Amino acid sequence: MSLASWFAVRRELSPNKRKLLGIGSFLLPLIFWCAVSYVPFIWHPMVLISNPGAVDYFQTDMLVDKDVFKDELANMQAANKAAPQGVPANPIYLPAPHAVAKALYTGFTHAPEQRDGMWLHESLWHSIQIIFWGFLISSLIGVPLGILCGTYTAISRLFEPFIEFFRYLPAPAFGALAVAILGIYDGPKIAIIVIGTLFQQILIIANTTRKLDYSLLEAALTLGTSKFKLLIHVIIPGILPELYRDQRILLGWAWTYLIVAELIGTSSGITWFITQQARYQHFDNVYAAIIIIGIIGLGGDLLLAALSKTLFPWDRSANKE
Amino acid sequence: MDVNLDINVVSKNNIASKLEASKTEVSYLAQTEAVKSRFDRLKAREVILEVKGLGKVYKTAKGEVTALKGINFKTHRREFICVIGPSGCGKSTLIRILAGLETHSSGDVLLDGKPVTGPGRDRGMVFQGYTLFPWLSVKKNVMFGLEMNDIGSNEAAREADLWLELVGLEKFASAYPHELSGGMKQRVAIARALVNQPRILLMDEPFGALDAQSRAKMQAHLLEIWRNIDITILFITHDLDEAIFLADRILVLKAHPGEVQELIEVPVSRPRNASQFNSPEFLATKARLEALIHPPAPVVEEGINDEAVTPRMIRFVNVEDNVE
Ligand SMILES: Nc1ncnc2c1ncn2[C@@H]1O[C@H](COP(=O)(O)OP(=O)(O)O)[C@@H](O)[C@H]1O
Ligand SMILES: [Mg+2]
Repeated sequence: MSLASWFAVRRELSPNKRKLLGIGSFLLPLIFWCAVSYVPFIWHPMVLISNPGAVDYFQTDMLVDKDVFKDELANMQAANKAAPQGVPANPIYLPAPHAVAKALYTGFTHAPEQRDGMWLHESLWHSIQIIFWGFLISSLIGVPLGILCGTYTAISRLFEPFIEFFRYLPAPAFGALAVAILGIYDGPKIAIIVIGTLFQQILIIANTTRKLDYSLLEAALTLGTSKFKLLIHVIIPGILPELYRDQRILLGWAWTYLIVAELIGTSSGITWFITQQARYQHFDNVYAAIIIIGIIGLGGDLLLAALSKTLFPWDRSANKE
Repeated sequence: MDVNLDINVVSKNNIASKLEASKTEVSYLAQTEAVKSRFDRLKAREVILEVKGLGKVYKTAKGEVTALKGINFKTHRREFICVIGPSGCGKSTLIRILAGLETHSSGDVLLDGKPVTGPGRDRGMVFQGYTLFPWLSVKKNVMFGLEMNDIGSNEAAREADLWLELVGLEKFASAYPHELSGGMKQRVAIARALVNQPRILLMDEPFGALDAQSRAKMQAHLLEIWRNIDITILFITHDLDEAIFLADRILVLKAHPGEVQELIEVPVSRPRNASQFNSPEFLATKARLEALIHPPAPVVEEGINDEAVTPRMIRFVNVEDNVE
C-alpha cells in the first residue's frame, strides 16, 4: 500500500480504504475529544478541588481556575497553612466521552430528575413529529409547484421572482407572527419549518426539473405524446431519482430549522430537553441529545440512500457505489 | 538491375494511369438498366413527403441566421433518402422541421399532401444522442409510443416483442438502457420509432457516435429492416460512404445559407453489400460528393475558424531517430 494510492486525484478508492476512512472520519474527532479529556496536560484550564485545605471559600468537588488555585496554593504555603489539593480538570461544559456515553444510556433507562421532565426519547419523538409534519406540508406544496415551475416558463415567471425574494427572509423572523396566528403549541413550530424549507424547495426542484434532458421530451413528442401527457409520463419519471436526492438534502435543512422552531411559543421537544439540561448544568445530557440528533439525521439519510437503490434501479449515480 | 527497376516504375505508372482513366470513365450519372428501372419504379410510387420552398431564419442576439433557404425535394414511398452536407449547413434544422420539433419561416412541408404542424406519430425520429427513457426497460421503451396513443398494454406488449425480435434484442427486453451498448441503444430507438408505424422514419446522424465496426453492422441492419417493411427513410449523415451505401438518392446541402446543391441518384445497384465500396460507380459518386462538399477554394468565414489555425512543426527528436 503505497502512499500514492491514497492520493490519486479524483479517483475512487478501494472498498477497504473507503471503509477505513469512513471509520477514521468518526474516530479522529473522538480521539481528539479523548485526548483533551483524559490527558491532564492537554488544556485542562481548571482544577477540581479534592481537599480545600485552609482556603475558606474552596469546597470539595468545586471547579476553580488554574490561576486562582495557584495563587491560593502560594498564599497558603506562604502563610504556612494547610495547602489545598486538586486535580487538573476541564470546564463543566466539556464532559469526558465516558460521561456522555453514560448519559446516553441513562437517558433511555432512567426517569428524568425533574418531576415534570420528559424522557429523552419522548422529547425526540416530539421533535421528529414536528419535522415530519413540517416537511410533509412543505413537500405537498413545494414538490408540485417546483415541478410546474420547471416545466412551464409562465408559472416559473409568475412565482419565482417572489420566491427568490421570500427565501432571503430568515424563517425565525416569522416566529412571533406564527405564534400570534397559530397559538403557542406545535402550530407555529411546524410553520417555521415550512417557511424555512418551502421556498428553497420550490427553487431547487424547479431547477432539477429544468435539468432534465430536453431531447427526452422531444423523443416523446415524436412518438405521439400529447403535451399534457409529457408531464406525467416523461418529466416526473425522468426527474424522480434527482428529486429524491433533493428531498434528502432538504430534509437535512428542515432539521437545522428544528432548534429555532422549537424555541418558539412554549419550548418543546429535544430543544426543550437540551435547554433544560443546560440550565441544570447537565452538560453530559446536552451532548448526548446533540449526538442523538446527529445519529438520527445521518442514520435516516443513509437509510434513504439505501432505499433509493431499490426504488430507482435504472439510476446510475445511485448504483455507482 | 537499373534497367529492370526502371521498367517496374514505368509499368506501375501505367497501371495507375489506367486506374485513373477507368475512374473518370464511369460517371456518377451513368446508370445501368437495372438501376434505371428501379428509379423509374421508385418515382412512380406515391409521394410521401414534399418540401416546397422551405426556409428557416433563426433570430439570435447577434442578428438573424439563415439556416435554410429555398429547399425543394420530394420523397417517394419506400425510398431511402440521405441528406449530406458540411457541418452547420442546416441538416439538423431540416430534420427537426420535418419532425415538427422546430417551426419554419417560409415554405411548406407536406406529408401525404397535408401540412406538418407539429410533432406526431406519423413521423418517427431517431436522434444522434441516445434518447431512450432511462427509467423504462427496453420493452417498455418500445411500448411507450403505443401506450401514449391509447393502445392497450397487452397489445402494446405483443407489438413490442415483435419489434424487439426484429432488431434482435428480445433477450434484452427487461434490461435498462444504461446496460446496453451504443449500437444496441440505437436498435431500441429504431424499434421504438417503428412500432408506431410511421409514414417516414427521420434519422439524424443516428450512428455518428458508434465505432466503425458497430456502425457498419447497424448500416447493414438498417437496410435489412428497410427492405422488409413499408417505411420511407430520411437519413442524415456527414459520412460520404454511409450516404452512398444506404441511399437511393442523396440530397446534398451547402452551408451559409443552407441550400440544396444537388439531388444525386446513387447508381450503385441493390441489394447493397460491403464489396461495392470499391466499385467504379461507388467511387464516382464519392468523388462527386467530395467535390461538392469540399470545394477546392475554402470559403473564409467571419470570426474564428479552423482555417485560422496553421501549425508550424518543430522537430523534438534526433534526426537519426526516424519512425518512417
Ligand atoms: N436554436 C438555434 N438558434 C440559432 N441558430 C441556430 C440554432 N440551431 C441551429 N442554428 C444555426 O443554424 C445553422 C445550421 O445548424 P444545424 O442545423 O445544427 O446544422 P448541421 O446539423 O448541419 O450541423 C448553424 O449555423 C447554426 O449555428
Ligand atoms: Mg446536426
